[in-house]
Amino acid sequence: MAAETTIHAQGLNLTFETNDGPVHALKDVNLEINKGEFVSFIGPSGCGKTTFLRCIAGLEAPTAGSLTVNGMTPEEARMARAYGYVFQAAGLYPWRTIGGNIKLPLEIMGFSNAEQAERVKRVMDLVDLAGFEKKFPWQLSGGMQQRASIARALAFDADILLMDEPFGALDEIVRDHLNEQLLQLWARTEKTIGFVTHSIPEAVYLSTKIVVMSPRPGRITDVIDSPLPKERPLDIRDSAEFIAVAHRVRDGLRAGHVDV
Amino acid sequence: MKSLLPVMTVIGSIVLFWIVSVVPMNMHLTADLAQRQDIAVTPDTPVARQDYSGIGLALRNTHLFGMTYTLDRPRLPSPHQVAVEMWDTIFMKNVTSRRSLVYHGWVTLSATLLGFAIGTGLGILLAVGIVYNRAMDMSVMPWAIASQTIPILALAPMIIVMLGSIGIQGLFPKAVISAYLSFFPVVVGMVKGLRSPDAMQLDLLRTYYASSTQAFWKLRLPASVPYLFASLKIGISASLVGAIVAELPTGARAGFGARMLVGDQYGQPMVTWAALFAAAITAATLVGIFSLVERWTLRRMGMQAT
Repeated sequence: MAAETTIHAQGLNLTFETNDGPVHALKDVNLEINKGEFVSFIGPSGCGKTTFLRCIAGLEAPTAGSLTVNGMTPEEARMARAYGYVFQAAGLYPWRTIGGNIKLPLEIMGFSNAEQAERVKRVMDLVDLAGFEKKFPWQLSGGMQQRASIARALAFDADILLMDEPFGALDEIVRDHLNEQLLQLWARTEKTIGFVTHSIPEAVYLSTKIVVMSPRPGRITDVIDSPLPKERPLDIRDSAEFIAVAHRVRDGLRAGHVDV
Repeated sequence: MKSLLPVMTVIGSIVLFWIVSVVPMNMHLTADLAQRQDIAVTPDTPVARQDYSGIGLALRNTHLFGMTYTLDRPRLPSPHQVAVEMWDTIFMKNVTSRRSLVYHGWVTLSATLLGFAIGTGLGILLAVGIVYNRAMDMSVMPWAIASQTIPILALAPMIIVMLGSIGIQGLFPKAVISAYLSFFPVVVGMVKGLRSPDAMQLDLLRTYYASSTQAFWKLRLPASVPYLFASLKIGISASLVGAIVAELPTGARAGFGARMLVGDQYGQPMVTWAALFAAAITAATLVGIFSLVERWTLRRMGMQAT
């Protein structure tokens, strides 16, 4: 893989002013994410993993340090529609059909009607939702709704996919299934993916790079380049390498806690 | 249809209570009348009867029960008297006649609908202003709330007289009072509805770099539709009340309000009661129509009506 830097953070700090005084959400975060990588952010609540993702998306403004996305500021990248964002809840509009929901970003970005229809069909095939275009969100299961929201994020061909605990609200079986599908999707689209989770197996299974974070102040304690192959059947989770990586992640999380 | 039985039960109880109440309410009048027709009444002088309550007098003169239901000018008309009056004035009169309740109903309804349209339009505009403009957010809402604390009975004649003095008469002043009562629920409901999308949904639109105009048409407005319908149903009945109240203080010659006043002033309680019921049926019909439109719209929007 060509080491082309997509996201570059240096000395990133973010402090929220609250009624109880300043909260250091991010402290001295340095990170490089290359094009086509699958990066997971893992850590306990309050470690700033979501905040960091929001900074990349330009939804939060860092108080110090530099952050570039495709060589642009996050704001410019947002303007250039460089990423699709998937939230923990699917957040589909109840008054739009699944097809209509996926069309939403395309309408906003001014794609032609013919192009909208073609893209909706393409991404719905990609997430295995073909045939559900005319259904309303309440007619779909939680897992299918989340797949629809991933399709929505893919529809406008952003090369970065930012996912904030997208499967956190789903049960284990559905989650395994979606993890597998997500890996296939990633292999086919070659997108750069930033993925927030607090599940160790999920992080290890999905990622080429695992960023371990710890709270108060939110910071990075370890960055692990996964030795696992790109091709990953579900039973890889029983292999020795997998367990070794999971171990290192667990150690990193524990170390972060001892510091506090 | 499931609600039919409970609704009929409630209506039945009310009618029953009404029928029972007719006897004591009309007893004194009936006793006076009976005495003039040489029917024995205890006690036998009107002065002595004043010492008794309606119920007490009724218990001593059970043979007069039947007469209480057929007085020409009862204190409380019986249900069938009101029904007969309504039948006569709704179905048996030419709708252009001044004696037709349909004619009076249309006079009130036209003011109601015009006022409702003005009030709803104004309410939506104010709500959009409140949601998008901080200065309006801080300033308009307290005034809107204050406006609803002024008794409309005190305000209505002032509005009618002031508009009359600059030559505006007839339909429009009544519509203004209707609008005055109906804009408020629309403002409150629409502000809540336009603000109902959560932070995540607004963030999602930010990641698309959507403009605030796009956020309004694609997210805020559709999200507010269920709230709008709830407000419209309150607003339309408030509008009808407004139009009737506007007819009361000015000696209007037509409309439900005018009929109620005429019945009161000329001692024709059946006229008052018939107008009252016709107004209630009109309000219920209007609300019912909005419920149907609501159900149809929300189903088309993929949402279940609640």
